[in-house]
Amino acid sequence: MAGAQAETAVYLCTGCPLGCRLEVDAVDGDVIEVRGHTCKRGERYGRQEYLDPRRPLSTTVWVRGAQVARLPVRSAEAVPRDRLVEVAEALRGVCVEAPVQRGQVVLSDVAGTGVDIVATRSLQPAG
Amino acid sequence: MLDPEPAAVEGLITMSVPVVHDVIIIGGGVVGVTLARALSRFDLDVVLLERDAEVGFGVSKANSGIIHSGIHADPATVKGRLEWPGNVGWLRLRDDLGFGLAQVGELLVALAEGELATVEALHAQGRRKGVPGLEPYRQDQVRRAQPNLSREVIAGLWAPTAGVVNPYEAVLLIADNAARNGVQVVTSEPVVGIDPPVVDEPDAPIGVRTPTRSWHGRYVVNAAGLYADEVAAMAGVPTFTIHPRKGEEYLLDKRLSGLVTSIIFPCPTETSKGTLVTPTYDGTIMVGPTAEATDDKDDTTTTPEGAAQVFAAARRLVPGISPRDVIAEFAGVRAVAHTEDFIIGPTDRPGFVNAAGIQSPGLTAAPAIAELLLDVLSDEGLALHDKDDWQPRAEHPVRFAQLSTEEQAELARREPRYAQLVCRCELVTEAEILDAIDRGARTLDGLKFRTRIGMGRCQGGFCTWHCMQLLAERQRVDLPAVTKRGGGSWLICERDDADARPSVELGG
Amino acid sequence: MTISSEPRHLDARYDVLVVGAGPAGMAAAIGAREMGASSVLLVDREPDPGGILLQCIHSGFGLHAFREEITGPEYAERFFEQVLDHEVDVLTDAFVMDVTTDRRVKLMSPSVGVTTVDAGAVVLAMGARERTRGAIHIPGDRPSGVMTAGLAQKMVNLEGYLPGRRAVILGSGDIGLIMARRLTLEGVEVVGVFELLAHPSGLGRNIVQCLEDFDIPLHLSTTVVGIHGRDRLERLTVAPVDDERQPLMDRAWDVDCDTLLLSIGLIPDAELARDLGMRMDPLTGGPMVSSTMETSLPGVFAAGNVVHVNDLADWVSQEARVAGEAAGALSTGRMRPLEDIRLLPGDNVGYVVPHTISSDHNQTVSFRVREPIYGDTQLRLGQVHRRKLKAAVPAEMITLKVGPHLLEGFTGDALRVDAVPFDADRDAKGGER
Repeated sequence: MAGAQAETAVYLCTGCPLGCRLEVDAVDGDVIEVRGHTCKRGERYGRQEYLDPRRPLSTTVWVRGAQVARLPVRSAEAVPRDRLVEVAEALRGVCVEAPVQRGQVVLSDVAGTGVDIVATRSLQPAG
Repeated sequence: MLDPEPAAVEGLITMSVPVVHDVIIIGGGVVGVTLARALSRFDLDVVLLERDAEVGFGVSKANSGIIHSGIHADPATVKGRLEWPGNVGWLRLRDDLGFGLAQVGELLVALAEGELATVEALHAQGRRKGVPGLEPYRQDQVRRAQPNLSREVIAGLWAPTAGVVNPYEAVLLIADNAARNGVQVVTSEPVVGIDPPVVDEPDAPIGVRTPTRSWHGRYVVNAAGLYADEVAAMAGVPTFTIHPRKGEEYLLDKRLSGLVTSIIFPCPTETSKGTLVTPTYDGTIMVGPTAEATDDKDDTTTTPEGAAQVFAAARRLVPGISPRDVIAEFAGVRAVAHTEDFIIGPTDRPGFVNAAGIQSPGLTAAPAIAELLLDVLSDEGLALHDKDDWQPRAEHPVRFAQLSTEEQAELARREPRYAQLVCRCELVTEAEILDAIDRGARTLDGLKFRTRIGMGRCQGGFCTWHCMQLLAERQRVDLPAVTKRGGGSWLICERDDADARPSVELGG
Repeated sequence: MTISSEPRHLDARYDVLVVGAGPAGMAAAIGAREMGASSVLLVDREPDPGGILLQCIHSGFGLHAFREEITGPEYAERFFEQVLDHEVDVLTDAFVMDVTTDRRVKLMSPSVGVTTVDAGAVVLAMGARERTRGAIHIPGDRPSGVMTAGLAQKMVNLEGYLPGRRAVILGSGDIGLIMARRLTLEGVEVVGVFELLAHPSGLGRNIVQCLEDFDIPLHLSTTVVGIHGRDRLERLTVAPVDDERQPLMDRAWDVDCDTLLLSIGLIPDAELARDLGMRMDPLTGGPMVSSTMETSLPGVFAAGNVVHVNDLADWVSQEARVAGEAAGALSTGRMRPLEDIRLLPGDNVGYVVPHTISSDHNQTVSFRVREPIYGDTQLRLGQVHRRKLKAAVPAEMITLKVGPHLLEGFTGDALRVDAVPFDADRDAKGGER
């Protein structure tokens, strides 16, 4: 097959709740054009989605000494989409102590992704 | 309610002389618990064995909740004989125990000329049985009394003695009162076998086996509901068969409260009293039941066909009813004996007494069944000596929602847990939940039937977790051990990494 | 952020009392203080303020309120910091039992017992509750393992338990989609999502990032027609439905699972409003409100999901801020705006909030379409305003800014809101000429 063949990938932008339908033209793995976006972030999203799809991850870890058993956390940056389950699994068994401050790093470089996991809720010790 | 203590069980196995109870009642439905309470008046050692996690979890919680007026059953039958005295007995029970029972009356209606004879026949039958207050209604009287009934109704019979009851609340309070008066109520204790008679020793106690131990009773009463035929067969007296007959019921939104203010009966058919429209004690409208023979004693499924049948029939009586208004549905299975009548009395096995085939009007008749069983047991040689310290009255659980603001404030001052809300739809507090657990609630359904949590609009969406926590905390078990209604009805499970779960500091 | 539930003192009167400390109540309390209310009491039934945000650990919040995408707990905490900055009195673990027409509020809490306080104005911000199995009438057994998606979310995200091992989700609302992802990440197998309608109820982004990313199948025009399992759920029967949404039983199949999560919609949790005898809107299930979110009961406001179910917490906060500001203004003796125009849902519009507007100030009008339009859509506000949208689906609430600039010269007393395919609109206009 000849190289230089343009292909068009279609994505629904998950950048915000608007959900724009993006068309990404690429040739030989290089993005030529993104269409359908209504903001700058959308264009970036289309490009990223074609080259290296990533997602923000939100999940929970154990927390000791607070009124609830689970501390909500998120990835400081988006993680590769295909590694979401792997990262979640790496967080099994992780337990932090109250008090916890929102934004506090709970785990650095989770599963070798280079991404930190941070708390999304402040929790004081119970009692 | 007592759970068997493991230590005590082991102890009994090593003992050579088993404890012999005066009476073992098999089955904690309305018949079993009413008999247990009746026996608790006397100086007797009584034990009640219930297979489910709590009493009243079988047919007794899944029925129409109607105390029949007394006119319906043919007085030539046992059920016909016990219907009216049962009605009277319920009022006494209510006065003693304070559960919800309202005499809303029933209106039997005729939709066609051909039904007028049935109305007249039931009127005559009711009069013969001594049911007071019966009054034939002309069409205009029917309309005045129940303006939302179909225009097709041409006449009716008013029977003021009919009532509605919370059957599960009643069963629980009766069981509580029996337990308070010394009856040992043991739940999660299914009977799996009955020892054969000892040769040459007709007076030897009857051995009743459950999965973990044996119980011995001078008398055994078979009140096992749907399983009464199997229990009778275990005892070696397989004289009857139970043929389950399912009934589906549909509860309608509270919006429709007041649509009818009395129980509306159509004219009965051969197998059933027909589909009724009932204003339940809690103020919701209930329609049903169906009457469907089933092979499966545990078949409590609701079906699209059942719903269609119920609503077609109910709308003939009250056109304003619609399937769109359904907020909950359930099905119960009637324990119908092959004779189509109650089977109450001694058997060929000395000491083994049946209280079986308790189909409609079984709930109504229950207090009279208990009295009849006392006579039967007495005839069989059981000595009934009154106890001095019998406490007929129950200390009624607090219903926070029904108190005045001043009473609520006073309770909350005494016990802050009365100011801790659990169920907002029905306004149930933490103190009430803990009290229900102390009275024997073991499961989410048990809490629901005792306190009404989860019965409101959100159907438990908001309070389920709080209730599970209280059940676990009070019984000192892990949360995953809490069930909906015992057995395999688990609610949650542990995560894979549960070994990393931080221990919970209590008291916070 | 835990607020002490030690015995404490409440004032006998507050300028504004807000019921519910979720995204609506917190914004209302802030708004009330900013418009001059000197004392504001914010009451919530949970031990921590934040409402349902605390269990919504996913991102998707804050794009409007904070100009960045954050998670539910972060949104709650940042809002609550503002609440504290505004010197709002907060009472948690407390339940409002009753509000009278003269705004005596009866509440209960272990820290204050059962007591009443008077309020100059009240803002109802109780949010919504989930529809349950009873609402959709599925035949079969009644085993454990059937629960709302929100209850499962609480178990998983706050308490650290799983609702089961193998789950099916009924309904493609956002909570259900988000739970499909959550359960997958926490090690529960999600067999599929079943949706009665021909289109998903949740946002498109959630279809992508909650289902497609994890290869979870979405079965449209398919529903659960049977529940099997005596003690615990063991099996479901599912069937495709025809155009009238009637199940095609000859094409039904069985799905083995131990958990069924219901994500079949939210309803305003408006019992308090109903008990108060407010005028209710049967289309939303919530109270009818003016442009300042005042109900038919003077001095009692309502905002957020208790009025109509929003799809973003940010909208809820925005709307509640309006309510709080108006409640605060009223409590300082300021006049109400004249509400002179009624809004009516017209062609393909499910509901419109608010129910009345004022021609002399700016307000936001929110509504939803009944049937999806996948293509150019014409919005019409009577004859006074038209706007073209790329598409309009029921899952996404549409808002319009309406003010004097549009209403100048309008002399009627009611405006219809329509949302129709652009071509149909053009044809209709052609016909008129």
